[in-house]
Amino acid sequence: MTATATTPVTTASVPAPTGTGLLAGTGLLAVRAVKIFLRRPELVVLSVVQMSAIMLTFRYIFGGAIGTSQGLHYVDYSVPGFITAGVLFQTLGTAMGIAEDLEGGFIDRLRSMPFPSAAVLTGRVLADTGILAFILAITTGVGFAVGFRLHASVLGGLAAFGLCLVFGLAFSWVFITVGLYAQNVKVVQSVSMIVFVVTFASSAYVPAESMPGWLRAFAEHQPVTAMADSVRALTLGDRSRALLGHDPSYFVGRSLIWTAAILLVFAALGTARFRRRS
Amino acid sequence: MTLTIESRGLVKRFGAKTALDGLDLQVEPGQVVAVLGPNGAGKTTFVRSVATLLLPDEGTLRVNGHDTRDEAAQVRRTIGLAGQFAAVEQALTGRENLEMVARLHGRSKRQARADTAEILELFDLTADGDRLVRGYSGGMKRKLDLGASLVSAPRLLLLDEPTTGLDPRSRLDLWDAIDALVERGTDVLLTTQYLDEADRLAHRIVIIDQGVAVASGTPDELKRRVGGKVLEVHVRERADVHTIAALLGRAGGVEPHVDEATRCVSVGAAGDEDAVHWLIAGMRAIEGSGVELADIGLREPSLDEVFLALTARRGTEPGVTAAPELAETGAETA
Repeated sequence: MTATATTPVTTASVPAPTGTGLLAGTGLLAVRAVKIFLRRPELVVLSVVQMSAIMLTFRYIFGGAIGTSQGLHYVDYSVPGFITAGVLFQTLGTAMGIAEDLEGGFIDRLRSMPFPSAAVLTGRVLADTGILAFILAITTGVGFAVGFRLHASVLGGLAAFGLCLVFGLAFSWVFITVGLYAQNVKVVQSVSMIVFVVTFASSAYVPAESMPGWLRAFAEHQPVTAMADSVRALTLGDRSRALLGHDPSYFVGRSLIWTAAILLVFAALGTARFRRRS
Repeated sequence: MTLTIESRGLVKRFGAKTALDGLDLQVEPGQVVAVLGPNGAGKTTFVRSVATLLLPDEGTLRVNGHDTRDEAAQVRRTIGLAGQFAAVEQALTGRENLEMVARLHGRSKRQARADTAEILELFDLTADGDRLVRGYSGGMKRKLDLGASLVSAPRLLLLDEPTTGLDPRSRLDLWDAIDALVERGTDVLLTTQYLDEADRLAHRIVIIDQGVAVASGTPDELKRRVGGKVLEVHVRERADVHTIAALLGRAGGVEPHVDEATRCVSVGAAGDEDAVHWLIAGMRAIEGSGVELADIGLREPSLDEVFLALTARRGTEPGVTAAPELAETGAETA
């Protein structure tokens, strides 16, 4: 090794980088995450297969035993529930993505760069909400294929779909926080069991009234039930009052309060954890 | 003159564990500095602190004149970080990886494209630029990662164990790539566990252990303190190791090290002894001893030996922290 010159030579003629803005950074990182998703076809297939499998199992294996209630087929009752539960299973991928980027050192690189680091999180949320829309559209298609029918206006159906995306936005922040705390993919995988528990102990698949008292108390007061019931009410139209006891607006209101609360709490928690320099 | 890195009394704790224990380290512009140390010495903690990813618990850390605590944004404009793992996305092409990083640095689309082409060319990756990184070799991924840390033309490049896990060929390749950067005038702070890597790349080596700098100097200065090349003699009979050790001890090297389990005696050359002369002197000393030899050879001192030599001198009394300059360190710990 030869001795060095003590005067620094500039590496290139370009000026020092100023870093991009929050919006542009969000966009760039969202495009990256979507590209990665689309280029891993196994992920797309896995997402669709997972949701369809749950739906088909309930529709054809348990569905016969569950039967009909008040002239409503189980398929009409359950498909909105599957789709709501599917929001959680899909946004679980957010935790995976964050954990992968942490483990691989990508987040270290991003945080050592001169742009608003919040874009790392907002970019991820934007991408995952887009991916969620894509997966939910396919799942909804499968729902119709197995016999689900809309009993409300098309507008009600679209509102239900949009509501699912809003739930997804909130759950993305939950799973960003999970990913940031877990820090590696293996821990995230073990956390995913909680999603099973939370969705099964809700009205997503079967009515909470059919559950034993202690479980029913939990099921009736947790957000997934509020969300599943609001999606169900919006797709059942007039029948929702007879079956569920309230108008759609009651359920939608409750689910939106839950969504806002989850969003606020976890966006704050996740951002604080991300900003911490220790 | 603004120092590239100015670390004074840097302390960083993780719970009960103290990763940096009052680290003093100064890097002048125009230098390639290697931070050498075993696992857990605090190397990665130091690099992450310089990269503004960690806040010091005590002490100050300035990078290119800016405090990492209060002026992180300014520091970030002047650095590039290549961490321990290649932080490149497998499902994107090499070009997409670099262009995205350039855009995040605030470059226009056109500028990002031009910068990317230049980096791919510099690292000999142009032909593979449009392939998905998934298909790259480990060495190519590391080069691309190095490229990603360079698209912003940083004044200081931080490399955390850049060649760990690479095969020897890729390692040499990456060393050449780092050399090319140094010629362009980029300051480099790198960490490594390998003495030969520090020797090959750095103008100055800082050895850290348990979160403090225990020695610092040019590779040659450090080697003189440790002793030169090591003569290793393997014998057939275990009982003969002490005979050989005694003979070699009189040949003029440092204190012989005996390992009965492997039937091996190793002796480092005295500070300024030329390697070839040392080999001849050693062989003369054991010639005609009648001991049956299995193998004889000359090798570089290992990091373990460097540590033994330097930490032994450092002593065990608490509170001894080495100053960054060799002369001061010598005086303080003699």
